[in-house]
Amino acid sequence: MTAQTTTPASTATQLPFAKAINAGLDAALAGDPKVLLMGEDIGPLGGVFRVTDGLQATYGEDRVVDTPLAESGIIGTAIGLALRGYRPVCEIQFDGFIFPGFDQITTQLAKMHYRSSGRLTVPVVIRVPYGGGIGAVEHHSESPEVLFAHTPGLRVVSPGSPQDAFVMIQEAIASPDPVLFFEPKGRYWEKGAVDLSTGPYASGGTSAQAPAEADAFDTLNKAVVARPGTDLTLVAYGATVATALKVAASAASEGTSIEVIDLRSISPLDTTTVVESVRRTHRCVVVHEAPTFLGSGAEIAARVTEQCFYELEAPVLRVGGFHTPYPVAKIEHEYLPGLDRVLDAVDRALAF
Amino acid sequence: MQSTQAPETTDDTPMQIVAPDGRRVTSERNAPYRARLAGLDDDDLRGFYRDMMLVRRFDTEATALQRQGELALYAPLLGQEAAQIGSGRALSPQDMAFPSYREHGVAYTRGVELPHLLQLFRGVDHGGWDSEAHRFHLYTLVIGSHTLHATGYAMGVQRDGLVGTGDTTQDTAVIAYFGDGATSQGDVSEALGFAAVNNAPVVLFCQNNQWAISVPTSKQSRVPLYRRGHGFGVPSVRVDGNDVLACYAATTEALERARTGGGPTFIEAVTYRMGAHTTSDDPTRYRTSAEEDYWRDRDPIDRLRILLRTEGLWDDEAEAALAVEADALGERVRTYVRGLGRPAASSMFDHVYATENSLVTEDRTWFADYEASFTDQGGAR
Ligand SMILES: Cc1ncc(C[n+]2csc(CCOP(=O)(O)OP(=O)(O)O)c2C)c(N)n1
Repeated sequence: MTAQTTTPASTATQLPFAKAINAGLDAALAGDPKVLLMGEDIGPLGGVFRVTDGLQATYGEDRVVDTPLAESGIIGTAIGLALRGYRPVCEIQFDGFIFPGFDQITTQLAKMHYRSSGRLTVPVVIRVPYGGGIGAVEHHSESPEVLFAHTPGLRVVSPGSPQDAFVMIQEAIASPDPVLFFEPKGRYWEKGAVDLSTGPYASGGTSAQAPAEADAFDTLNKAVVARPGTDLTLVAYGATVATALKVAASAASEGTSIEVIDLRSISPLDTTTVVESVRRTHRCVVVHEAPTFLGSGAEIAARVTEQCFYELEAPVLRVGGFHTPYPVAKIEHEYLPGLDRVLDAVDRALAF
Repeated sequence: MQSTQAPETTDDTPMQIVAPDGRRVTSERNAPYRARLAGLDDDDLRGFYRDMMLVRRFDTEATALQRQGELALYAPLLGQEAAQIGSGRALSPQDMAFPSYREHGVAYTRGVELPHLLQLFRGVDHGGWDSEAHRFHLYTLVIGSHTLHATGYAMGVQRDGLVGTGDTTQDTAVIAYFGDGATSQGDVSEALGFAAVNNAPVVLFCQNNQWAISVPTSKQSRVPLYRRGHGFGVPSVRVDGNDVLACYAATTEALERARTGGGPTFIEAVTYRMGAHTTSDDPTRYRTSAEEDYWRDRDPIDRLRILLRTEGLWDDEAEAALAVEADALGERVRTYVRGLGRPAASSMFDHVYATENSLVTEDRTWFADYEASFTDQGGAR
């Protein structure tokens, strides 16, 4: 059965993305004394995007730690803390500044469990505000997710709705595996319904109790149908889910029924949900902000082609960023896969 | 409990307790450290000697095994026995050590079976010991990265309330080992910074063996390495790394400060890598035999042997008994290494993640089917 987005129960509150993540962090900090947050400016300031707002006041300086300005240091010491039994959640201030920590993430964090033949786990979460569209200066709008997804040992996820953001951050923290948690920063202020009783910590659990089976981490493993449709499957995640839903709404007014898949996770990839959808719709377009060359769209196109070769009515098309560094803000909307470019790809796929 | 004060340490001459000719050195400089030896008895001194001799024998054996094609690579510790045994023996059972890849002597002091270290070099394992049980982390091949892991671990110890309790069986310190080349890595500087601002119970132990592969320390730093610590506000000391007692005393002092809440220490142990960097290296391309002779005269094992003999603690009979023990170790190493099998190819899919992961499952399943296809056709692989 394919997972469908459930409308949060009547207890749902309207929360913007940033506040939903804040509430998820709050639940984890409250639920498990081993959880701690670390990063630059996350204390009294609450992070440059205020995602950690108020948490230091509640949990103190030892649990919400303003670190030195050193990404390798943040992630490297988080690894040490995790080896000691803690669950550090690191905030990287902006996507383009994760690279000083790249070595620790790919050579150390990703491989500790493997190298120790499973004796050691390093449950570190790295939160990365990513993606463009906010008119920022260089290094503040990038989408480096596949650089990490290419590394075995890491989970790479990105929530597409405030409800998922709230649950996924909790599942990421409860997960014994390291998780790169990409937050679509352009959508931090976008509101959605959030059921504050969902997620491993908010529903009263602790990571100590969290079962290690994959099923326990539903949002980290399973894609979701964000909008059902019959004519074409539009695959998106994180930053582009809202765009995809707008495309579907717009296409609907012209009589085209588009199914939107919110991947949630880039690694692992829920191929099953995508393939099941394409078997129904026979057409597939993938959209992400990162450059298309060797991007996650390439992987999805290859898998869909391999598994749905005879069902496809059109080649799988990709819409993404260009093979350029992230451009200056005044022209970023031409770089980003917006409504028109995605609709153009949808039309091309339908025309086959 | 009072944390120990760091002795004044702006002296570039390495702190020494035993001179290369085996004489004990008495100076104002080493007075606070000599006091650290009060707890050692004659057996401890003989133990240091035995430890150094055994790990040297292990080293010789491993080098030979590599030459015989039994190991893909080996990183010898020859010449660094005093730095490793002296510091390793200063650790308490609850302390945690983070090594780089040459710390076979420290591993030995942590109870790791020496032959097990060779699983890594033979290519059957990425770390053939239980790091938690031995309180000795896996080897780290990315230079300097583990100094941050050690610092983070120490921050965890601090949060666990295991610093400054006054109970010596509880209070815990962490030590990280790295080379002179590693001090050029950003991670080591970041570790010093994190350790300092957090007052973390960690000792950053640099074995300055003069060479980072072919590059001398003079091309890593314009100042003596131990002075790096000063800029971070970390008490720092330079010791004679070929003097096992000096290494023991300085590390004991630093660990005690860490355990009692006095924060981090940087130790530079000045030593010499007498062999090649690894078995793939050719030191004759970058250093002179005169330099090697100079250091051979400062061999860490010779000086303790002379001291033991001068003080009547060692004789030919003891030496012969130790030789028998060393031979037995050599035999054990050879047999163990040659007996190591080949892991099942399918084991490469194990432990990629702590949880089941569909990407790995897919590959594991594909590989199993692929392998099975050979058996189906009657062909074994
Ligand atoms: C980050 C990194 N760069 C390069 C290497 C390759 N490498 C292995 S050992 C070594 C020299 C290390 O010298 P030093 O830190 O002095 O330690 P030693 O081997 O002398 O104990 C180099 C360059 C590495 N392992 N890691």
